Amino acid sequence: MGAILTVQGLTRFFGGLAAVMDLSFEVQSGEILSLIGPNGAGKTTVFNLITGTLLPTQGKVLFQDHEITGSRPYETTVLGVARTFQTTSLFYDETVVDNLIVGYRCRTRMGFWDALFQTGRSREDERRCRQKAEEILEFIGLRERGAELARNIPQESQKRLAIALALVTEPKLLLLDEPVGGLTEEENISMMALIQKVQTRGISILLIEHKMKVVMNISDRIVVLNYGQKIAEGSPQEVGRNSAVIEAYLGAGYSET
Amino acid sequence: MNRIGGKWIILAIMVIAVIVPQVVTNKYYMNILIMSGIWSIVALSLNLILGYTGQVNLAHGAFFGIGAYASALMMLKLNMNFWLALPLAAAIAGFFGFLIGLPALRTRGSYFAIGTLCFNIIVTLIVDRWEGLTEGARGLMGIPGPSPIPLPWGGEITFKTMATQYYLVLGFLLLTIFVLRRIIQSLVGRTFRAIRGNEELAEAVGIHAMRTKLLSFTVSCFFAGVGGVLYASYIGFLSPEITDYHVSFDALIYIMIGGVGTMAGPIIGTLLFVTIPETLHIAAEFRLLLYGLILIVMIIYLPRGIVGWVKDLRGRKGKQEVSWEQS
Repeated sequence: MGAILTVQGLTRFFGGLAAVMDLSFEVQSGEILSLIGPNGAGKTTVFNLITGTLLPTQGKVLFQDHEITGSRPYETTVLGVARTFQTTSLFYDETVVDNLIVGYRCRTRMGFWDALFQTGRSREDERRCRQKAEEILEFIGLRERGAELARNIPQESQKRLAIALALVTEPKLLLLDEPVGGLTEEENISMMALIQKVQTRGISILLIEHKMKVVMNISDRIVVLNYGQKIAEGSPQEVGRNSAVIEAYLGAGYSET
Repeated sequence: MNRIGGKWIILAIMVIAVIVPQVVTNKYYMNILIMSGIWSIVALSLNLILGYTGQVNLAHGAFFGIGAYASALMMLKLNMNFWLALPLAAAIAGFFGFLIGLPALRTRGSYFAIGTLCFNIIVTLIVDRWEGLTEGARGLMGIPGPSPIPLPWGGEITFKTMATQYYLVLGFLLLTIFVLRRIIQSLVGRTFRAIRGNEELAEAVGIHAMRTKLLSFTVSCFFAGVGGVLYASYIGFLSPEITDYHVSFDALIYIMIGGVGTMAGPIIGTLLFVTIPETLHIAAEFRLLLYGLILIVMIIYLPRGIVGWVKDLRGRKGKQEVSWEQS
């Protein structure tokens, strides 16, 4: 085991406002760690700080014991940290399979001259991309929708495709930002199954989610944020019992369900 | 079915394009065709950065002008051979694209458009004022045409007649199409389209957005330069207006009308817009007015241009168009 991701004293100010304040936690290799907290607690900011979309004001991010603080998003992806976005982000004007093909581009090396002269490497890389795309399509359960435009498939399929697009980059750590947001009860269950299936591939998962049923079911551990600070950490049971958490986030009624 | 049909259409167009000078002997019409060919190269190259990569570059006139002036100066002042000046001038245009791209491509959307527009105005001003080099508003005169190519068995290919000039431009148009197609259909081209689709997401899947945009921009400017060289040697005269942002907007309009982000669109748009006003003898003063009007109508009713409209029509017939990437 051991930590795949270590966040140390992470702090980010927006003007005078601390969106994230002295936050430290670890994602253990192979686990599903959930990051929860009320709206505006700084969860998505944490994602942006890890992937390098934002620079931290202070603190460090270590991925597999290497410091990645300040890396650009494409660099962290190449290192093995993939993410999804809160608003389902896809290449909407491309087909489902084309989305995944370009997603595997970061694992290929062909360049401009290879394209121009259609070198062996160019053909080989395109073949690998297509093969990888097909494999992920199968894994995610969207095989029959491969030729459709991403904008024309149902919302639940789009959410799956967003995860597939992160998976196709061959991550070791996957950051999921509200993967079941806006889905029905039934869809929640199939999406949870998918996330667990991803976990069985040996990919560690850091999850932001508001739906408590999903979080409590799926998480190995939970970190609770409030106003950018960590107020609790532990197993779902521990967090569920924690009075500070109940007060800040879950509400007094939670313990009954 | 569609694919095969498309191939026949392309072959037919090619045959017509090759036969044309044997049939059309009227110099006036040949001139229009040659100009269409040159502007098609410019429109196609703009389409790479604008249509396929989603960056609205309004400095294409400047890169066209840089290619034209660079080749003219090298031929006039250094007595350089056309066939050496052409790749060099195009490379200079590409290099300027690279240099301008470094800061400009850090901005997005309308900021990039405004930034490049400003660059274009600066270039025109420099060409206009740097009389020691460019002769300023007097213009550069007597730019030589393409030098003859000696043949190994004696004799040479000259470019003195309209027909040979036409074939020269046609050759470079085909070369441009060939290179751009190769890039667009490759993984590199996919990364261009990914950036057009969603730059933040492109970076999230590990694409170096800046490097990718810079590549697209440099290649785009290189071919704008090729167009500029062909123009300079065909017309034989250059003045600062040819580097003007009007050139950028003309190319932009050709693309918008023909179909943004398609291979055929820029060529169709250019053919329409170069031939129709010329043959109808529409006064130059009304040209821009007319362009504006057409553009507004197109954006409202046919936002994807003529090619996009045709594709939609085909789609409506129920033929599920399989994307051309799938071979």
